Amino acid sequence: MAILEVEHISKSFDRTEVLKDISFSMEKGQALSLIGSSGSGKTTLLRCLNFLEQPDGGIIRVNGETLFDGADSFSRSEAVIRKKRLHFGLVFQSFNLFPQYTALGNVMLAKELLARERPDYKAKKKEIHGEIEAQAVELLTQMGLKDRMKNYPHQLSGGQCQRVAIARALALNPDILCFDEPTSALDPELTGEVLRVMRELAERNMTMVIVTHEMAFARDVSDQVIFMDEGQILEQGPPEQVFGDPKEERTRRFLARYTEE
Amino acid sequence: MELIMEQMPIVLRALNVGFLQTLKLFFVTLVGALPLGLVIAFGSMSRFKPLSFLTKVIVWIIRGTPLMIQLLIVYYFPGLVLKNNIWGGGESGRFLAAAIGFIINYACYFSEIYRGGIQSIPAGQDEAGMVLGMTKSQIFFRVKLLQMVKRIVPPVSNEIITLVKDTSLARIIALQEIIWAGQAFMKGSQGISGAIWPLFFTAFYYLVWNGLVTVLLGRLEKKLDYFR
Repeated sequence: MAILEVEHISKSFDRTEVLKDISFSMEKGQALSLIGSSGSGKTTLLRCLNFLEQPDGGIIRVNGETLFDGADSFSRSEAVIRKKRLHFGLVFQSFNLFPQYTALGNVMLAKELLARERPDYKAKKKEIHGEIEAQAVELLTQMGLKDRMKNYPHQLSGGQCQRVAIARALALNPDILCFDEPTSALDPELTGEVLRVMRELAERNMTMVIVTHEMAFARDVSDQVIFMDEGQILEQGPPEQVFGDPKEERTRRFLARYTEE
Repeated sequence: MELIMEQMPIVLRALNVGFLQTLKLFFVTLVGALPLGLVIAFGSMSRFKPLSFLTKVIVWIIRGTPLMIQLLIVYYFPGLVLKNNIWGGGESGRFLAAAIGFIINYACYFSEIYRGGIQSIPAGQDEAGMVLGMTKSQIFFRVKLLQMVKRIVPPVSNEIITLVKDTSLARIIALQEIIWAGQAFMKGSQGISGAIWPLFFTAFYYLVWNGLVTVLLGRLEKKLDYFR
């Protein structure tokens, strides 16, 4: 069964149609790359998945559970949307780390707040805190930040910040981890260390949706590639096909700009 | 000069008593206005239009009129117009009226500083909190509040220093703060009359107190230097 099913999603800002009838699905453990020029709607699609934008219509299902259905007058209460959001994690282009918390604090904060809702929280406070900290330490170690855990974001490089942000998203064990141009704010030198971490996640079969301009990376790592243009999916398929033998002229022109370099 | 040295102990004692009242008004205003300002800031940022409109009108009136007149209205309006002097005649009634006038006035100024501080925090902080499943209040208290405080320390310091001096306006409703205490020696009090130097001397009290306030707020600013 598909882990994520998106059907006929549409979204307009004022009168501009940003997403037109978007449908796709992906399997657990897959990496899906969304490529296309700026303004093609990739980021908006990702934001819809994370409930940062509300689609005008369509259906979003995760593990067969309908999270959003434009035809239903669904609940918009904060609590309901909060729970739905937790199916997804999101890594931002600009990291958005919390500046007053250390790297470790950033990774632990949300999980600690969620743990308070557990009925046994009061009784097992110390134990729960210990577990959360141990998990955060492990995640940061995986990200190669073992000796940076006590540093504040402003003391870290962009690449380190983004790896903290990835650890922070992973701490909540999302079903699907989304990346919104995770390396676009980084120097070319720092891009590599973030891509390396993402590659490792893909190898460990983390389900990922990646909006990216790193074509070589998308080609190597993805199981599926979607090319978007003017709010529509113009082409989708395995990377060999989309990159190697694109059907659409528009796709060819877009990719040509990258191979020229 | 000799005369001044003779008068000094009497004057200092009186000024100290007055300054105590000044400090009381200062602290009560801060304790009331700092949190009330946050409530007003949320009101003016509310998406419920009637509420934000009403809040903005109140802030406009309070910031648009002299604090001195506001104090006069708070103190005299109930007695003169409503024929019901809720404050009574004593010093404690005058203090209460002054405190209410000051708290409302300063809360309005603080609210605008808070609003600026909150709105200057990038939307990415909200979004990061939301995708991590945090509630709106968790995002405010655990993520945004400290960032806001860091940003508003300099403008709030300005207001607090102004407040130290503004307390002298309570003189207008005869609150027995330090200016009142200094003036008393002009009219005549405790055997001293026609002396204007005690009034000038009150300036030192404000100056010293503001020096202390400046140092403390500078320390707070330094304390928040650990993040950016």
